[in-house]
Amino acid sequence: MTTTTLEDRERRKAWGFVAPALLWTLAFFVVPFVYMAALSLWSRQGRDIVHVWNLDNYLRFFSESALLRGLTNSLEITITVTILSVLLAYPLAWIIAERVPKRLQRMALILAILPFWTSYVVRSYSWLLVLSKGGVINQALMGIGLIAEPLEIASNRTATVIGFVHFFVMLLTLTIYSNLIQLSPNYRRAAADLGANAFQTFWHVILPLTLPGIMTGAFLTFVLCIGDYITPQILGGNNELVLPQIIMLQIGRRADFPMAAALSIILMLTVTAAYVLCARWLRIERA
Amino acid sequence: MTASVFVRGATKTFGSFPALDNVSLDIEAGEFIVLLGPSGCGKTTLLSILGGFMAPSSGSILIGGKDMAGVAPAHRPTTTMFQDYALFPHMRLIDNVGFGLRMRGLGKSERDEKALAFLDLVGLKASAAKKPHELSGGQRQRVALARALAVDPDVLLLDEPLGALDLKLRRQMQDELKAIQKRVGTTFVHVTHDQEEAMAIADRIVVMNQGRIEDFGPPAEIYMRPKSLFSAGFMGEINLLPGRVLETAADGARIETATGPVALPLASFIREWPKVGDNVTICIRPEHITMATSASPIRLGEAVVTGSAFFGTHFRCHMAPSNASGLSLVAHMPQSANTAIGDRVELAVDPAALTVLPAA
Amino acid sequence: MRDIISKSFGWAYLIFIYGFIFLPVAVLVLFSFQDGRLPVPPFNGFSTQWYEAVFADRKLMAALGNSFLVATGSSILACLLGFLAAYALARYKLPGSALQRGLLIAPMTVSYLIIALGLLAVLNAMKIPLSLWTVGIGHVVINLPLCFAIIYASMGDHHINIERAARDLGANDLKVMALVTAPMLMPSILAAFFLSVTFSWDEFIIAFLLSRFDVTLPVEIWSMLRSGLNPKTNAIGSLVFLVSVAVLLVLELALFGRNRKT
Repeated sequence: MTTTTLEDRERRKAWGFVAPALLWTLAFFVVPFVYMAALSLWSRQGRDIVHVWNLDNYLRFFSESALLRGLTNSLEITITVTILSVLLAYPLAWIIAERVPKRLQRMALILAILPFWTSYVVRSYSWLLVLSKGGVINQALMGIGLIAEPLEIASNRTATVIGFVHFFVMLLTLTIYSNLIQLSPNYRRAAADLGANAFQTFWHVILPLTLPGIMTGAFLTFVLCIGDYITPQILGGNNELVLPQIIMLQIGRRADFPMAAALSIILMLTVTAAYVLCARWLRIERA
Repeated sequence: MTASVFVRGATKTFGSFPALDNVSLDIEAGEFIVLLGPSGCGKTTLLSILGGFMAPSSGSILIGGKDMAGVAPAHRPTTTMFQDYALFPHMRLIDNVGFGLRMRGLGKSERDEKALAFLDLVGLKASAAKKPHELSGGQRQRVALARALAVDPDVLLLDEPLGALDLKLRRQMQDELKAIQKRVGTTFVHVTHDQEEAMAIADRIVVMNQGRIEDFGPPAEIYMRPKSLFSAGFMGEINLLPGRVLETAADGARIETATGPVALPLASFIREWPKVGDNVTICIRPEHITMATSASPIRLGEAVVTGSAFFGTHFRCHMAPSNASGLSLVAHMPQSANTAIGDRVELAVDPAALTVLPAA
Repeated sequence: MRDIISKSFGWAYLIFIYGFIFLPVAVLVLFSFQDGRLPVPPFNGFSTQWYEAVFADRKLMAALGNSFLVATGSSILACLLGFLAAYALARYKLPGSALQRGLLIAPMTVSYLIIALGLLAVLNAMKIPLSLWTVGIGHVVINLPLCFAIIYASMGDHHINIERAARDLGANDLKVMALVTAPMLMPSILAAFFLSVTFSWDEFIIAFLLSRFDVTLPVEIWSMLRSGLNPKTNAIGSLVFLVSVAVLLVLELALFGRNRKT
C-alpha cells in the first residue's frame, strides 16, 4: 500500500538521523567496554595477553591487600568528601537563596563557583601552594609563632580531602541552590502560619523537600570523586593510593592491561552499588 | 486557486479505537466548510488526513480529482493553519509569510513583495519587520493566515484557529476570515467545536460525533432540520418530547405525547415516513414555543412557570406541563411576556419549526 | 538579639567559606607575579617574567592550540550528532527509542578513566597510533550524551506544529532542521556547545591516556608539575582562569541580555 511506503520512508529517514550518534556510541563506548570486560577475564604474561578465560585478576584483587586497600582508601576518602561537601555547601546555598537579596544572588553564586574555571589540574596544584611545607599556611603559622617546624599537611589523605572538598563544595552549592529557589515561599509561610519555628520549618519542610536535590548532588560527587586520578596523585602523596592511581600503575609501569581492566570493572560496580543504594532519591530524568 | 475535496470511506483507527469511522464527504471547490463536533469526535483527525500529516487506515482522499495517497503534506495542494499558529519565532513576519515561497525557490525581492501583499491582505503590512512575540493573539492569527495563503493553496485547512482568542475578538475574526475566504476563493475546511462560530462562517457545516458524520448541510438547515438527535442537541438548546405514532394520513401523522396528541405535517418527518406504532422524538427549539392563541394549530396544553431568567433578547423559562408530571420544557418568552414563577400559561408550537426523529 | 547572633553567624560562615573557596586561587594568581623561583611566601616583588616565560614556551603554546582544536572540533561533532539523534528520537516513532536514549546517555554514568582505558585497550589491540584524533574521539564520547540530553530536553512538543507548518509549506527535513528547528533551539544548542567545550578543554585523563606526541593543555601542565612548585605553572594557571572568567562574563552578558529580550 502506498500509505505504508510513506511511513517507511519517514522511518528510514529517522534511522538515518539517529544512526551516526548510535554508531559512534557503539563503536567507541560499547565495544571498548565489552572488550575491557573480556580483558579483565584474561591474563598477562610478560608483554602479551593470554586469551584464556579465568577469574585470576578478581581473585588477586581480593587476596592482595595492596589492591584491596586501594578500594577501601577510595571509599573512605570519597564518603568523607561527600559528607563534608554537603555539610559545607548546604549552609552556603541556603544563605545565598534565603538571605542574600534577589538581585545579588546571581552574583553571589557566580562568585561561589568562580574557581571552577581554573584548569582542574591547576586547582589541585594551587592547593599544594597553600598546604606544602613552605606553603602559605605553614609560613603564616610560623610567622605568628604558633609552630616552630612546618606541619606535614600536604602529600597525605587530608590534603586530598581538602582538594576534593574545595571542588565539590562549588558543585553542590550550585545544585542545592537551584533546588532551594524552586521551592515556593508559601511552604515556609504555611509552616510558620501553622506554628513552626525557623528550625522546625527547616527540619520538617525545607530539608525533606530538598533531599532529592542533595542526593543527586551527593551521588554526582561520589561518582566524580571515586573515579578521579589527578587530585590524589597531586595532593595525596604515595602512601595511601586510591583505586584510580592503582589502575594507572597497572597500565603504566607494569603494562598489565587485564588487571587494570578488572580494577576498572570493580570501580564501576562500586559506583553501580552506590547508585542502587540511593536510587530512590535520585531523579535523573527528562523534566 | 481552488479545488474540490472528496473523502471516500476514510477510516482511522488508533489501536482498537476508531477515531474516524468510514467517513465520506464531498466538498465543492470554493466552499467554506466547517467540521463541527465535540473534542474526540474525529474532526481534527479528518483534517490531519486531508493535510497529509496522517495516513488513513483505509479509504481515500481526492483533492482536485487527484488521489492523495502517499503524497506528503508539502506536495499536496493544501496548507494548514495550526491551532497554536506555529509561527516561526525567530523570523520576522515578512520572512514567516515568505517561507513557503522561499521553499519554492522564489527570489528574495519577489517573495518579499508577495509576502507584503499578503500581510496587507490581513492588515499587518506595517508590522512586516516585527517578530511574532511582539504581536497580540489576533495579530498572530492573521499572520498565520497570510502565511498559509501566500503559497496559493487550493484548499486551506484551519485547525481551531480562533480557539485561543477571547470571545469578542473571535467574533470579529470570524467576519474577517469569511470576507477573506470570499475574496481569495480558496476552499476552506475549518475545524471548531463552537456551533455559533460554525454558523457564522460556514457555507456548509459537517457535524461529527464519535468518528462519524451526523449531519451535513447549510447552517440554517442543520439548525432548523437536524438529521440526528446529536446534531439537534449540538447546534443549540432543544426540547426532546418523546411520542408514539397513533395514525398516519396522506399529509401527516398524529402523535401521542405526554402533553397530549399532536398532528404534524409529513414535512416534519425528516428521516423516515411515520408508521403507526413508531416511537419517535419531537424536537422543539425553545424559541418555537409560544403562548397559545386561538389560532395556534398545535397546543401543548397548560404549564406552570417553574423558573425564569432574563437573557436580554428573551426570557428563558422552565415550564412544567400540567398534564405531564416530571416533564420540563425550556421556552424562550418575549421580553414583553413578563412571566413570573408560578404563572400558568397555555403553550403552543409552530408546526413548521418542528422536526420528528426516530427515538434514540 | 537572636537575630543579631544568627546574622553575625551567617556573615562569619560566608567569610569562612568564600575564603576557603578563593584561598588557593588567590595564592595561585598572586604568586604568578612572584619575582623569584618559588611561588610561596615571602612575596619578593612584582614581576611578569613568568608570563613571558609562558608565552615563550613553544610546547605550552602548541598544547594551547591543540586544546583549542580538540575542544571545538569534538564539541561541534558532539552537538551535530546529538542534535540529529535528538531530532530523530523526539520527532519520529522509532522502535526501541527508550533503549536508544539509554544507550546515548550511558557514557555519562561511567568514569572518564574507564572510558579512556577501554578506548586505549581497543586502540592498542587494533594497532591504531595515538594522536590528537584519538583524544578527539574520546571527547566526543563523553560530550555526546551531554549534548544529546540538553538538546533533546529542549525539543518541546510545542515545537512540533511549527516544524509541521514548515514541512507543510514545502521544506524538506534538512531545511526544517536548518531553518526552523536549529534556530529555534539555538540557546540550548549553544549551551550544549559551550559546556562541551569547557569539559573537553579541562579534561585530563582521556587526553593523557589517548595522546602521544601532541598533547593538550592539561596534559602539558601535568608534565610541568613534575618540576615541582614553579611560578610558571602559576602563570599558565592564572591565564587559563582569567581568560575563562572573561569568556564566561561575555557569554553571561550576551546570553542573559538575549534572554531578557525574548
